[in-house]
Amino acid sequence: MNYLGIELKKPKVAFFDFTGCEGCQLQIANKEETFIDFISKVEVVNFREISSEKRDDYEIAFVEGAITRQDEIGRLKHIRKNAKILVALGTCACYGGVNAIKNKFSIKDVREEVYGNNLVDTMAVQSVKEIVDVDFEIPGCPISKAEFEDIALNLILGADFNFKKYPVCVECKQNFNHCLLDEGKICLGPITRAGCSAICIGGKLPCYGCRGPAVENNWPSLKQTLIEKGFSLEQIREKISFFNSLHEVAKL
Amino acid sequence: MKGNIGIDSNISIDINHITRVEGHGNIHVVIENGKLVDAKWAVVETPRFFEAMLRGMSHEMAPLLTARICGICSIGHTLASLRATERALGIEIPDTARKIRLLAKHGETLQSHLLHLFFLVVPDFFYESSLIPFVRSNRILMEEVLRLRGLANSMCETIAGRTTHPVGFCVGGVSKIPHKKELQKLRKDIADRFSDLEQAVKFFKRLELPDFVRETEFVSLKGEENYPWIGGDLISTDGVVKSENDYLAMTNEYKENFTTSKFTKLSRNSFAVGALARINNNYRWLKAKELAEEFVLRPVNHNPFMNNIAQLVECMHVMLESCDLIDELLDDSLRDIRAEYEVKGGEGIGAVEVPRGILYHHYRIDEKGLIEKANCVIPTTQNNANILYDMAALVEQEIAHGKSSNEVTKLCEMLVRSYDPCISCSVH
Repeated sequence: MNYLGIELKKPKVAFFDFTGCEGCQLQIANKEETFIDFISKVEVVNFREISSEKRDDYEIAFVEGAITRQDEIGRLKHIRKNAKILVALGTCACYGGVNAIKNKFSIKDVREEVYGNNLVDTMAVQSVKEIVDVDFEIPGCPISKAEFEDIALNLILGADFNFKKYPVCVECKQNFNHCLLDEGKICLGPITRAGCSAICIGGKLPCYGCRGPAVENNWPSLKQTLIEKGFSLEQIREKISFFNSLHEVAKL
Repeated sequence: MKGNIGIDSNISIDINHITRVEGHGNIHVVIENGKLVDAKWAVVETPRFFEAMLRGMSHEMAPLLTARICGICSIGHTLASLRATERALGIEIPDTARKIRLLAKHGETLQSHLLHLFFLVVPDFFYESSLIPFVRSNRILMEEVLRLRGLANSMCETIAGRTTHPVGFCVGGVSKIPHKKELQKLRKDIADRFSDLEQAVKFFKRLELPDFVRETEFVSLKGEENYPWIGGDLISTDGVVKSENDYLAMTNEYKENFTTSKFTKLSRNSFAVGALARINNNYRWLKAKELAEEFVLRPVNHNPFMNNIAQLVECMHVMLESCDLIDELLDDSLRDIRAEYEVKGGEGIGAVEVPRGILYHHYRIDEKGLIEKANCVIPTTQNNANILYDMAALVEQEIAHGKSSNEVTKLCEMLVRSYDPCISCSVH
């Protein structure tokens, strides 16, 4: 790749997956129009889902999934040691994601419910940054394909990337969507970071905040509105805790 | 065969975290004097406890949560979850919604099959570690394949907003419907891509699949008037037929000491699910019989490597069936998309054919509409035992033919890949 007339060295990148659905990695392979171009800009040295190559000499490590087992901690620390830049990829890596619903129950209880007497190894769900330093977070369940390529390209060029400060609500208005709060649903678009083009609300599905909180958000006002609309605290709690991504802002 | 086995017939195979499959699995096989003494197909993925997390959750959140079991077949999980809930609450969904849902599912099947065939399987035939060097040397073919995958993703996006974790579905039907203009465009796009599929077919005709046969029982949904995708009776090639509600008697989970993954069985000690199982049981309803015939894929085919070809044939089938579905939707008013319902207690089972085979969701819902109890049985779990017994037979066959340890290892990996295992799914 050529930038300002200078041929850039291809950075060595690696993708790693921990506990999750591997859907965020799939978004990268799913970007058909630019997939061939994108992989020609980097040297992929470790990407188990699509490649048998397994090398440790990567500069940028993309880490997908939450941490839910002791052996994952060691693997993650090893990756941190090798990588110059570690990027948490997707809501599970950034916040724990839906996996963290498990934390509402005791380990003994969930283990018995699913595996009976079989002692499978597991622990409370943690995000990547709870274990190691993270240089950059790309949230989303799943990540947005377009946003990923923008961010990855900026990382390669050493340029900054700034997330939008305003909430999903703004994008929703830009798309002329009907407001789902007005339709009597709990929607967390008013407090969630924009950048997804309000895709869920476009499909008439409320926003549950997978991208984490917007810098400019007004939770007290949304909370007040939801309570005035007659939703119970239990109903609100189910939605704000679904992705485990809003707890720093949305408190009941 | 056994008579050929000499003193060199000791083989030990250990593969930790097999690559180019979804999730983390290990292969361990030991053969001494030509006899299998140890075989493990061990799933080492971290479990996520979805069934435990579902307890106490509102029923309308269940499809959103269970979609996250799998990044590849999230539409399939969503539809199995919705069907289980709708059967528990006695909801009949409108015919228009049924067609819309099936169209999105066809997009997912096409997307998933192409991902498996080209990204995961093809590199094996060229002794490449991944598709990336293959892309450089086969740019035109890859552009055709990527255009096809682009079509698959745009089918999902048109109907369900995106391919992974869909947004257009709800209990009772669908929450959003595409405009007729979008459907017309999709119809044209599908028609335009058959030539790309033909190139993919031509390419696969040049590949020589491993020659291996082991008699197997195949389980799938049973087609009544069409090739089956969502709901209906269950059938096996050994002649078993059961209702959807009897899925536990169709899967019979059991545990063997030599492996960590759960096994399932029906008439034998293992069975197979997936594209080959669907075609073996429902060949008469297949819309792509001519293509199946070009590959001499006829029921009942017992070569597990033919699951790759069965997937290719299903790509053609879902493209043809999608054209028919869109034609029907274009003649429809597209108004009746969601059934109203009252929340009440109930229990329901939803069986859906997802890319890797038959998937079951089973929920008990209380009178407030909260999930009390949930069970999900995943296709890969059902294939685990069959993968292992195939592997043992394959290893015995190949060492009898004097193959080296490296060659046998490679064949074992190819065997696992041909089942297209989705390991994250299987340890949900």
